[in-house]
Amino acid sequence: MLTVEEREEIDAKLADYPNTQAVAIEAMLIIQRRQGWVSDEKLRDLSEILRLSVANLDGVATFYNLIRRRPVGRHVALVCDSVSCWIMGSDRMRDHLCSKLGTPIGGTTSDGQFTLLPIVCLGACDHAPAMMIDGTLHEDLNEQKIEEILTQYT
Amino acid sequence: MSLPEYERAGGYQGLRKALTMQPADVTELIKRSNLRGRGGAGFPTGSKWSFVPMGKDAPHPKYLVANADEMEPGTFKDRALMERDPHQLIEGMIVAAYAIEADIAYIFLRGEYEWPNQCLSKAIAEAKASNYLGRNILGSGYSLEIHLHASAGRYICGEETALLNALEGKRAHPRTKPPFPQVCGLWGKPTIVQNVETLCNVHHIVNKGPDWFRRLSLTEDGGTKLFGVSGKVKRPGLWELPMGTPLREILEDHAGGMRDGLRFRGLLPGGASTDFLVEEHLDTPMDYGNVQKVGSRLGTGTMVVLDDQTCPVGMVWNLEHFFAQESCGWCTPCWSGLAWTEKILLAMEQGRGSARDLETLTFQTKFLAPGNTFCALAPGAVEPLQSALKYFAEDFRRHIDEHRCPWR
Repeated sequence: MLTVEEREEIDAKLADYPNTQAVAIEAMLIIQRRQGWVSDEKLRDLSEILRLSVANLDGVATFYNLIRRRPVGRHVALVCDSVSCWIMGSDRMRDHLCSKLGTPIGGTTSDGQFTLLPIVCLGACDHAPAMMIDGTLHEDLNEQKIEEILTQYT
Repeated sequence: MSLPEYERAGGYQGLRKALTMQPADVTELIKRSNLRGRGGAGFPTGSKWSFVPMGKDAPHPKYLVANADEMEPGTFKDRALMERDPHQLIEGMIVAAYAIEADIAYIFLRGEYEWPNQCLSKAIAEAKASNYLGRNILGSGYSLEIHLHASAGRYICGEETALLNALEGKRAHPRTKPPFPQVCGLWGKPTIVQNVETLCNVHHIVNKGPDWFRRLSLTEDGGTKLFGVSGKVKRPGLWELPMGTPLREILEDHAGGMRDGLRFRGLLPGGASTDFLVEEHLDTPMDYGNVQKVGSRLGTGTMVVLDDQTCPVGMVWNLEHFFAQESCGWCTPCWSGLAWTEKILLAMEQGRGSARDLETLTFQTKFLAPGNTFCALAPGAVEPLQSALKYFAEDFRRHIDEHRCPWR
């Protein structure tokens, strides 16, 4: 079931648009913000509220990079792999991060703390390499800085 | 910048002035200023607005959409505008919306931009509380709402018709043109989609006049431009400079030149979808016409610098990997051609390239050129590739002959 808070936030968004389809993406992001991903159960509940089919919503969800249809860890790290970060050594930073956490990009740590995902340009090119954890941007990464950042989340 | 700070700096004076004018006269000022879209394509802004049906018989509601998707790799200018001066965007949007008699405006913001989201949400609330937004703005009789829409990430959302589908809650496939969005856009109604930086210029032009704006430029393209530099330079960053500032000045004076021990080899002048420029182009004035004359595009004006210790083939592979991944899949040349291109470049990087691959890559740059695909994603994708094949031919050949990447 959608929570009262989720329902209220989605209802508030409905006022911004002339029909319910337009709210589909933001509604899924509202759900995801609380539980990290959009489960089948939540998608069914959402389809009833928006009066859209589950297939319609799933078709939209699977198109977009930021909507997750599978569970993730407590923290989600989005690791920028775009050109400016690549020039500044993002491959090495990514390998270091994966090695420290013991999981490849796309995976979740065995303790469920972190999920690592690739992301295209975070718009922090002048402070590359960069990554984003739970919405917080971390810039000018180096190996030592990665280790310091990880301690903030454990 | 908070609302009181913005007002102290002269904020919302452009709006006050615009509201005393006829909407068509505001558009005329923008036309005379020679403001061109800062999102990459450079289309004249005033002309774009003039295609919107006006008057009492025009269809309503009409929409204005700020394109704040900014997913082009190497591009980081709109983020700075939204984080540091959100009211500037909001004021520009209200003036632009007034000029086309729009009823509702949306900011289409990429989902990863969480801090800009918070900055804009606060600024919209402040503007509403001061009656710069909402019903009967400053007693003028004009009303407008601005809604902030958080998107969920796909590069194609930056394409204006794909953006409209995304805003309607659908998959972001581009739409056939014509009809153009100015006539038939969001939910079939007249819509202007305009880049963030473009909109940030609008109220300044109204406030200070089109001649003032044109004089800010060193060349015939009006105004200033946000130029950015990333890569291994001494001071990567973002600067507002006169349009037409020479490339060498941006690179050496503002970005501080290359880091010690490194040599400049080339750069993408305006994001990932522009052709490389090399040393012989360093004296190019950075504006739409002059960059085009030397075989590239001004694009977003945010440059990505290649140094002599970074592999050009690897860099192009990174770019094509991005474009192949972000192809929306709507047309076959794009989704199939870009995946093929990426595969060849990866093989080359891994020492599995052959001489024939160079012919195939050259073929791809023609096969995916403008006119062969549904939208501009694939033609943009092959711009860095076609210029890399020209300027870094020796590097491609070394990968094939030595069966390895010489930089590893």
